[in-house]
Amino acid sequence: MNIIVCIKQVPDTTEVRIDPETNTLIRSGVACIVNPFDMYAVEEAIRLKEKFGGKVTVITMGPPQAEEALRETISLGADEAVLISDRAFAGSDTWATSYTLSGAIRTLGDYDVIICGKQAIDGDTAQVGPGISAHLDIPQITYVKKIEEVDMEKKYMRAERMTEEGYEIVESPLPCLITVVKEINEPRLPSLKGKMRAKKAEIKKIGAKDMDLDPGLLGLNGSPTKVVKIFTPAPREKGQVIEGDPKEISEKLVELLKSDIL
Amino acid sequence: MDYLLTEEQIMIRDLARQIAKEKIKPVAAKYDAEGIFPWDIVKILSESDLFGIYIEEKYGGTGGGSMELVLATEELSKACGGISLALAATALGTYPIILFGTEEQKMKYLPDLAKGKKLAAFALTEAGAGSDAGAVATTATKKGDHYILNGTKQWITNGGEAEVYTVVASVDRTKGARGAACFIVEKGTPGFEFGKKEDKMGIRASATRELVFTDCKIPKENLLGKEGAGFIVAMKTFDQSRPGVASQALGIAQGALDLTVEYVKERKQFGKTISSFQGVQFMLADMATQIEAARALIYATARMLDSGAKKISKDSAIAKLFASDMAMKVTTDCVQLFGGYGYMRDYPIEKYMRDAKITQIYEGTNQIQRSVIASNLIKEKSK
Amino acid sequence: MSIRVIDEKCGGCKLCVKTCPFGCIEVVNKKAVIDLDKCNLCGACIESCKFDAIVLTKISPSDIDFPKKLEQYKDVWVFCEQRNGIIQSVAHELLGKGRELADTLGVDLCGILLGEDVKGEAQNIIHRGANKVYLVDSPKLKHYQSEPYSKVLMKLIKEYKPEIVLCGATSVGRSLISRVAIGIHAGLTADCTGLEIDKENRLLLQTRPAFGGNIMATIICPNHRPQMSTVRHKVMKEAQVNNHHKGKVIEVNYGDDVYSSRTKLLDIVEEIEETVNLTEADIIVSGGRGLQKPENFYLIEGLAKALGGAVGASRAAVDAGWKTYSHQVGQTGKTVCPKVYIACGISGQIQHLVGMQSSDVIVAINKDPHAPIFNVATYGIVGDLFEILPELTKKFKEVLKR
Repeated sequence: MNIIVCIKQVPDTTEVRIDPETNTLIRSGVACIVNPFDMYAVEEAIRLKEKFGGKVTVITMGPPQAEEALRETISLGADEAVLISDRAFAGSDTWATSYTLSGAIRTLGDYDVIICGKQAIDGDTAQVGPGISAHLDIPQITYVKKIEEVDMEKKYMRAERMTEEGYEIVESPLPCLITVVKEINEPRLPSLKGKMRAKKAEIKKIGAKDMDLDPGLLGLNGSPTKVVKIFTPAPREKGQVIEGDPKEISEKLVELLKSDIL
Repeated sequence: MDYLLTEEQIMIRDLARQIAKEKIKPVAAKYDAEGIFPWDIVKILSESDLFGIYIEEKYGGTGGGSMELVLATEELSKACGGISLALAATALGTYPIILFGTEEQKMKYLPDLAKGKKLAAFALTEAGAGSDAGAVATTATKKGDHYILNGTKQWITNGGEAEVYTVVASVDRTKGARGAACFIVEKGTPGFEFGKKEDKMGIRASATRELVFTDCKIPKENLLGKEGAGFIVAMKTFDQSRPGVASQALGIAQGALDLTVEYVKERKQFGKTISSFQGVQFMLADMATQIEAARALIYATARMLDSGAKKISKDSAIAKLFASDMAMKVTTDCVQLFGGYGYMRDYPIEKYMRDAKITQIYEGTNQIQRSVIASNLIKEKSK
Repeated sequence: MSIRVIDEKCGGCKLCVKTCPFGCIEVVNKKAVIDLDKCNLCGACIESCKFDAIVLTKISPSDIDFPKKLEQYKDVWVFCEQRNGIIQSVAHELLGKGRELADTLGVDLCGILLGEDVKGEAQNIIHRGANKVYLVDSPKLKHYQSEPYSKVLMKLIKEYKPEIVLCGATSVGRSLISRVAIGIHAGLTADCTGLEIDKENRLLLQTRPAFGGNIMATIICPNHRPQMSTVRHKVMKEAQVNNHHKGKVIEVNYGDDVYSSRTKLLDIVEEIEETVNLTEADIIVSGGRGLQKPENFYLIEGLAKALGGAVGASRAAVDAGWKTYSHQVGQTGKTVCPKVYIACGISGQIQHLVGMQSSDVIVAINKDPHAPIFNVATYGIVGDLFEILPELTKKFKEVLKR
């Protein structure tokens, strides 16, 4: 079973702080991590490999330093990693990103499943996964919380797709693309031997020229959307402390919330 | 301070740190309260290859030594000094095999221990033989191809949970310390049973039990080293393991200080954070200094051991003594800085103080360490 | 396509360094230097520069070619998601906002409705302010499936050329619209919390949070049509019902190839414990580690029931297995913005805060006065939730008579 996992290196948003004076984002010293949702994707891919054999290839589009993120996935058990990096990709929005990733996937040869995290924590768009499947014209199952069955003979998979009210059971022929939510598994930690292997592993690098893509559709050129303004949201107003014994507190709070709740 | 660790050592430290932070820290309080053995964490440690960091590659380890073990124990102990013992006590039980095992014994036992498939324990202490290791009353009587073990070992860390035990017993009680021998005993051997699990003050996530041998028949191939070498096996094992206990103490102290620094930065009194008071600052500075001194001493000792140095008893005793006394002092001061909150079980700090205490007691009380240091000192000077 | 610093104009003031959200500008030898590997070409630095020393150079054939065709695109569309034949409330909110946008642009507001036997709902969309409803009614569209839905929507867009398409940022909306945007090379902005029209350029200004809500970004789509957005639930105000409002229902039908799907929907399982959908709830009562035991969630459930709200949980509570993942609020769970969010025994790790800090009113009940949850709380209560919650539930029951 050939599995491709798409990951993204993101700033650890939990470490991002706002400079109270300039009201801007303090990014210096903020560590880069593998997008947490992508860790579930990597774990699921490794589990599928452990069950069905085959190969896990992890790909990412990003700057040269995103190699770190790829190595981390090798330390967990991924077999190969590909860095898709080129200045021509700068300024890509989700359209251009999914176009580029789909181009890279085509160069990798046959695959059975593509797995993505449901969204990245920096952009939170959840658009790239479905975008890739649209570019590749393969079926998709988004928000997968459980893979119920994979049949490699008949080439299909059945999965539980999370919805607002519960879940749906969806069957798809292979190859297909799935995006996964946290509930699907608990990612393993790396092993020491995995870390050593990751250190030595060769990361394949591909750029715009290595893919059969229209240069006019890459990077900013291929991106229909443009960011025109970035600003910090107004901080919440300072709250009010309610004191007293439980009874008094409850009375006060009920009074304060009445208008919102009734 | 930069200790010029190798790339592999940094990997081990970072990996242990990640496991401590993500997996151990969230459950440390639960295991402390319930006093159950952390098998789920053991599984994680085993999958991460950390059980093999001091074992040669040909036996399934990653080929490190004392320094690697010290780094991992320190990091794990920052989160929980009890859970880290699953690894450290296994190392203690494994060292006799590494140091004195034949090739067959090593091939038989080390691969499973290196993978963490099995845990180990070292059994020396008895009711009447604590610091006085020569007074071992458990006997091993040779009968043909076998030894028959009889007696009771007390307060054995990993007891009941481990699969492989290295047990010191007397083959000739008339010879005292020179009549001891060390044996490998597997869990499940007929005549080998466990007593009740001890209810301890600290390191409550570790299992401490009695081992009871009643006409327990073990094959003579399980003898480690020679008859009469049991005391030497024990002493050499302790020489190797003392930096491990020291690093456990170091980790406990560092973990407590980390929490304390966070706390004093938040806690306000008289309209200021208490970290702004010089009295508090001086305590923090003293603690950090003591911790760093212990770390430097432990790392130096571990590296000396790994270099193959022979005369190590005094230095490894110094490291254990200094680090464990330091840990007790630092954790006590940390509780002090938490004030009333520090005394409450709702806050994590008092656990560090309870956990620290044992490091002054086990694997040779600090009084014994002083004796070892002093006798070596006097011996050196009288040459 | 590139960004560059005009060295002669740069005074080395570092304003751009502070503004850059990606941390990719440094001042070297008193001149700004942009690390192009990290730069996202967002242009934030260009606005910040007082000396006009940073320029974005664009050479793109599409830039010249496209604008002529853009005028063919008119009308504001709202994708009216239905489940079990009932229009979801997020669509009502979008109709409210869509009406406003359509009026500003002087065009029609149109509802898009896909489903089986949903004609009746088409009228409801008109009563909520739509001038037209494009209705595609087929048994094959009864439930959402990504392929038939996206093929139908792409066909409709190509045929009727809307200027703007809005869609709820639901599990359906996000999955569907991403696929559609690729197929028609349209710009899509996810999870918008603000939508406005730049009248001069006839552009939709789409504002959305990023970096876990730490920054807001305004995004435009200058050269492609339609301009597409998904919008968070509970952000926009619902359109009022006006039974006299008139409009036209346009029924459209396509061939079976359009309705075909490679994936098969086998079953829909509704989880019964989920009495109220978390993202749709006006009131959420959430519990965390402070509850100590899973059994104690009854306190949270009791209060939620009294208020007619939904039950949420912190990651700690979910990871400990006290509540299922579907209840988790926060970075790796759900992002919610109810009118009232009551956090009980939740310390307020940043991962939790990013999932709920846009709630209108936040009530925090926690024993620890230092808990970060109090930094975002509208009303903070330092105390024992085991004492406060029963009392509070009782009081609310009295007041609300439930």
